[in-house]
Amino acid sequence: MSILSIEGVWKNFHGHSVLRGIDLEVSSHEVVSLIGASGSGKSTLLRCINLLETVDDGTILLEGEDITDPRVNVDDVRKRLGIVFQAFNLFPHMTVLDNITLAPRQVHRVAKEQAEEQAHELLARFGLADKARAYPDQLSGGQQQRVAIIRALATQPKLMLLDEVTSALDPELVVEVLGIIRELKESGMTMILTTHEMGFCREISDTVCFLDGGVLLEKGPAERVFTDPENPRTREFLRSVLATRRF
Amino acid sequence: MSEWVKSERQAERERIRRSHARRSASIATASTVVFIVLVVSVVTNAPGWPRVQEKFFSWKHFADAMPDVASGFLLNIKIFLIAEVLILIVGLLVALARSIRTPAFFPIRALATLYTDIFRGVPTILVIYLIGFGLPALRLQGIPSDLVTLGIIALTLSYGAYVAEVFRSGIESIHPSQVAAARSLGLSHGKTMRFVVLPQATRRVVVPLLNDFISLQKDTALVATLGPLEALRQAQIHVTKTFNYTPYLAAALLFILLTIPQARFTDHLAARTRRRRGA
Repeated sequence: MSILSIEGVWKNFHGHSVLRGIDLEVSSHEVVSLIGASGSGKSTLLRCINLLETVDDGTILLEGEDITDPRVNVDDVRKRLGIVFQAFNLFPHMTVLDNITLAPRQVHRVAKEQAEEQAHELLARFGLADKARAYPDQLSGGQQQRVAIIRALATQPKLMLLDEVTSALDPELVVEVLGIIRELKESGMTMILTTHEMGFCREISDTVCFLDGGVLLEKGPAERVFTDPENPRTREFLRSVLATRRF
Repeated sequence: MSEWVKSERQAERERIRRSHARRSASIATASTVVFIVLVVSVVTNAPGWPRVQEKFFSWKHFADAMPDVASGFLLNIKIFLIAEVLILIVGLLVALARSIRTPAFFPIRALATLYTDIFRGVPTILVIYLIGFGLPALRLQGIPSDLVTLGIIALTLSYGAYVAEVFRSGIESIHPSQVAAARSLGLSHGKTMRFVVLPQATRRVVVPLLNDFISLQKDTALVATLGPLEALRQAQIHVTKTFNYTPYLAAALLFILLTIPQARFTDHLAARTRRRRGA
C-alpha cells in the first residue's frame, strides 16, 4: 500500500528550478534513499514533504490525502511525519528528556508520566539511558543525533524523513547513528533518507533514487542500481563517489 | 614514564615572567597616583574652588539634607520596582504582537509598531509631562490622579518601547532551524514561541535588559517634575531653602550607590555568558 505518493512536483528558488517534475511512490515499511550530488534537490524534496517548503507545482499525497492543498492543516500533517536534520537542531535549553517529551505532551496530549516513561524506554533501547538529564551540549555529535532521532520517533510518526543525518559527524560516530537507522528498518519503519554513505545506503535501502539537477534520473532496487545502473549519469556519479570513499 | 622535573630553561622563563609582572604592577600604581594628584591639584587650584567647595561640598548641608533625601529615595526605589515589572510585561507583549503573522491580528501588529516608533522617539521627560498633566485633565472616569501612579505609567510607556525592541531582537536572534525543528514536530506557532523561542531569547537579552533598568533607575528622578517628594525633589527643596547645592550631591551619591552594584552584576552575567559560549 502506498503511504506517500509524489506526482510531478516542481520547486523554484529565485527563478531557478530545484525540483523539476519529481514522481515517487513510497509503500508502507519501505526504505527509500535519495542519492545525488549536493544541490541535486534531495533535501528540498524532504522539506517539501514536511511542508517546510511549499511546492510550486504537482501534488504530494500522504495516506491518500493531498497535503499540498493550501487548506490542509499543516500541524496535523506534521504530526504524522518525523524529520531529522543534518545539524540535529536539538533545543539547547532543554534536557534530553524534555526535548523528547515536548511534542508528545504538547501536541499529542500524552500525560507527563506516560511520555517520560516512553522516552526512557526509547533512550534505553538506543543506549542512552544515562543521558536523560543531560543537556545537548554535554553530548557528543553522535549522541545528539541519536537523541534527535528518538525525539522524532517519540511522536510515533507514520513516515520518517532523515536528511543527511550523518554528514555532520566524525567518522567514528557515524557507526552508532547508522546502527539506529538499521534497527528502525527492522522494526518496520517507513523511511526516506538522503545520504552520502553509499555502502550504508546500498545495505539498508529497498529502493534507491538518483537525483540530478532536480530530475529523478533513475529509480530501482538498491542492488540493481549499485551494480548495474541504467543511466550513464548514475554510473558516473557512483564511480566518482565510490572512488573517493573507500568501503 | 619518569616524573616531570622542571628544567633549568623553564625555571628561567618563569623568573623572567615574574619580574615582568612585578614591573607592570608598579607602573600601574605609579601612574594612578600621578593621575589622581594631577586631577586634585588642577581642581583645588582653580580660581573658583573655594566657592565650589563651600556650595557643593559642605559637610553640614550634606548631613542636614541626607535624611530627607534618603527617605525620598525610598520612593524612587518603589517607582523603579513597580515600573520594572510593568515594563517587562508591556515589552514582552509588544514584542510578541510584532511577531504575529495572522492576518486577523494585523491591526494589533500595526499598533505595536506605531507604539515603539512613537515612544522611542519622544523624550522621556515629555512623556512624563504629557501623561502627568494631560491624562488627569481629560477627567475620565477611572483615570488615576495620583502623581506617582501617573509617573509610573509614563515611565512604563517610555521604557516599554525600548524593552520591546530588546525582546524582539532576542526573538529574531534565534536561528530559524530551531523554529523548523519545533514546527516539524507538530508544534503550533504559539507553542513554538512559548517552549522553544522565548526561553532561549530571554536568556540572551538579560544583559541588555539590565542595562535598560540601570538607566530606568536614574530616570525615576524625572518624576520629580510632576511634584512627588522623591530624592531629587527633596534635594531641590533643601537647595532652595539654603542656596547650597550639596543636597544634589547627596542625591547623586544615593543613585550611584544603587546603580554600581547592578552594573557590576550585569558585567558578571555578561562574563558568564561569554564563558559559557566559549566552553
